[in-house]
Amino acid sequence: MTIQVVAFALILAAIWFLGRNIVHNLEELGKDFNFAFLNSRAGYDINQRLIEYSNDSTHGRAALVGILNTLLVAFLGCILATILGVIAGVLRLSKNWIVGRLMTVYVEGFRNIPLLLWIILIFAVMTEATPQPRDFRGEDAEASMILGDSVAVTNRGIYVPNVVFTRSLGGNEMTEAADGVEAAIIPSAVAMDWLLVLVLLVGGVLASKAIGRWATKTQEATGIRPPATLWMQIGVILGPFVLVMIALGATLDLPELRGFNFSGGIHMRNSLIALWFALSLYTGAFIAEIVRAGILAVSRGQTEAAFALGLRPNRTMNLVILPQAMRVIIPPLISQYLNLTKNSSLAIAVGYMDVRSTLGGITINQTGRELEGMLLLGLFYLVTSLVISGAMNIYNNSVKLKER
Amino acid sequence: MKKSVLLGTLAVAGLAAGAVSAQTLDEVRARGALNCGVTTGLVGFAAPDANGEWEGFDVGVCRAVAAAVLGDSTAVNFVPTTGQTRFTALASGEIDMLARNTTWTFSRDVDLRFEFTGINYYDGQGFMVPRELGVSSAMELDGATVCIQTGTTTELNLADFFSSNNMSYEPVPIETNAEAQQQYLAGACDVYTTDASGLAATRATFEDPSAHVVLPEIISKEPLGPLVRHGDNEWGDIVRWTLNALIAAEELGVTSANVAELAAGTENPEINRLLGSEGDLGGMLGLSSDWAANAISSVGNYGELFEGNIGENTPIGLARGLNAQWTDGGLLYSPPFR
Repeated sequence: MTIQVVAFALILAAIWFLGRNIVHNLEELGKDFNFAFLNSRAGYDINQRLIEYSNDSTHGRAALVGILNTLLVAFLGCILATILGVIAGVLRLSKNWIVGRLMTVYVEGFRNIPLLLWIILIFAVMTEATPQPRDFRGEDAEASMILGDSVAVTNRGIYVPNVVFTRSLGGNEMTEAADGVEAAIIPSAVAMDWLLVLVLLVGGVLASKAIGRWATKTQEATGIRPPATLWMQIGVILGPFVLVMIALGATLDLPELRGFNFSGGIHMRNSLIALWFALSLYTGAFIAEIVRAGILAVSRGQTEAAFALGLRPNRTMNLVILPQAMRVIIPPLISQYLNLTKNSSLAIAVGYMDVRSTLGGITINQTGRELEGMLLLGLFYLVTSLVISGAMNIYNNSVKLKER
Repeated sequence: MKKSVLLGTLAVAGLAAGAVSAQTLDEVRARGALNCGVTTGLVGFAAPDANGEWEGFDVGVCRAVAAAVLGDSTAVNFVPTTGQTRFTALASGEIDMLARNTTWTFSRDVDLRFEFTGINYYDGQGFMVPRELGVSSAMELDGATVCIQTGTTTELNLADFFSSNNMSYEPVPIETNAEAQQQYLAGACDVYTTDASGLAATRATFEDPSAHVVLPEIISKEPLGPLVRHGDNEWGDIVRWTLNALIAAEELGVTSANVAELAAGTENPEINRLLGSEGDLGGMLGLSSDWAANAISSVGNYGELFEGNIGENTPIGLARGLNAQWTDGGLLYSPPFR
């Protein structure tokens, strides 16, 4: 008890000392503490922006662009890392010697070399080994586009076709941006269209499941499965989707070499791809070990029992082992997701404009608000991590052993 | 847990305590060395040579200050900083002065609370492109991919230049000059933009410099100079007048070769005051009377520093241009030593 009180008093004293020190030092430097800089004009451009932004926007808006870029790469990374991790983890237990050893090489190689090196290595390979846009020019060009002239792999990124809506719900088609910034499709305008498409797709999947249940019920009641159930299921998903795509006038916007660069299509920058792959491969190696541990944690008797019932090995894995292994896998998986999200702040190594580069880099540098910027940055990562772990905990509760 | 929190707070407090500004001159004397912030490597301005010795135009300013204060031009710890880390390093007290081709702007002087102690190079922002692109003017750069160093004024000038000319571009943000060079040579960007002097210095290190052209447009004013923290005026004066001493020395014809001879006393009272054989200008700064003579004898006067590092006889090959003495039609003009 006494020790606790003393420790508590010491901590309070340390916090007080810290706070006083900050105030004192800021006074000495003649700086105040306020967040008004977020409302002033940023003045710099950002290459990858998911929302409207130009150099006339505010520092707050620039921070938001960075936040969205961070979330994008974290989201993509978590998905790919999970896929890679589960595959590698299961295959590492394979009885096939070559497959098992290959996965060991992958896991140990990525787990034991710093992430920053992988990011830089992948980025360097993508920059040095791929052709420049100007190599695509001319009659006997050194490089050519692939997949029927629809995809261009360059050292500035990969250009893929984009779906555009000529009769967009947002009203404006292919808006030419007014000043300086690239002419671009304004994201918020097409967002409505994509939302509609997404709603229809989700609705289609739900309806198709309902049809499946109805068919099973009919089959159980009458012994005859209604004819063409599968076609109805496919139709209910694809039908409305195709109709809406036609109604919105969806067309493919192919990338095309114009001036210095390709224009049209979606530009996936090398910085994004390198960061995404490196984060996924690195975190995937950790996830593979977690998955392997989870599988090994399920007692051998379960497998033997499943085999005794006549289940084949892959069904045993999917129906018996993995559902039980999930309970062991989920909690450490959460911390891997958190790691991946926080590691995305290494983006500066490849010039990816995440929140560390916009708010925590250029904005701080131009405004001199180090303390405020760093506090906001810390707050953002804290909130993001808490949200991720909160969501994953909800999922964990749904798969964990039900105690009655 | 509690223990780690406590240790963490103590560590942070220790860092914060370093920011308390003390008398920089006393600190430098006590340390016996000057902590000087420079670039991470820009040939001609600040870069380590084959033996790991820093050399260059900005390095010369650091060495001159060290010679003036400590009497030893080698007593310098060079701290490489990037465009993003330089101001934090200076504000936190990690370095005593920054000589890193940094542009003097209003907001850096007033809002970021630094003190620019003069201008050692009058520059402007330019563009470099590969010759094979066939571009002859910056107005033809619509749609180009441009490499820029983040956290610099060039970033802001670039945005202004393109939007005021109604052109579009794709920025590729880069941390250091070396990375920019690698990206540019790999063709990941069409254009590299930075101060014209930096472009010349970078181009000089290319395998085939003639395959690249610096476009004629200069889109901004970039007065580059050393800077110190706001608030310690005595230290600011030392850095300011050391730079002025180098400039005045060229105007007065004092060189590293003849400074020892002239320091004994001459017919010209201004030279005598500068070199300490008359009056006590050094004492007013809190330095020894031969402070300026030490600085000049170790790095040479401004002209020698320029010609030796970035002048027309070096691979970088910059002409004096605006950086000539006022008597030769340039902008260099030291206030009188009196």
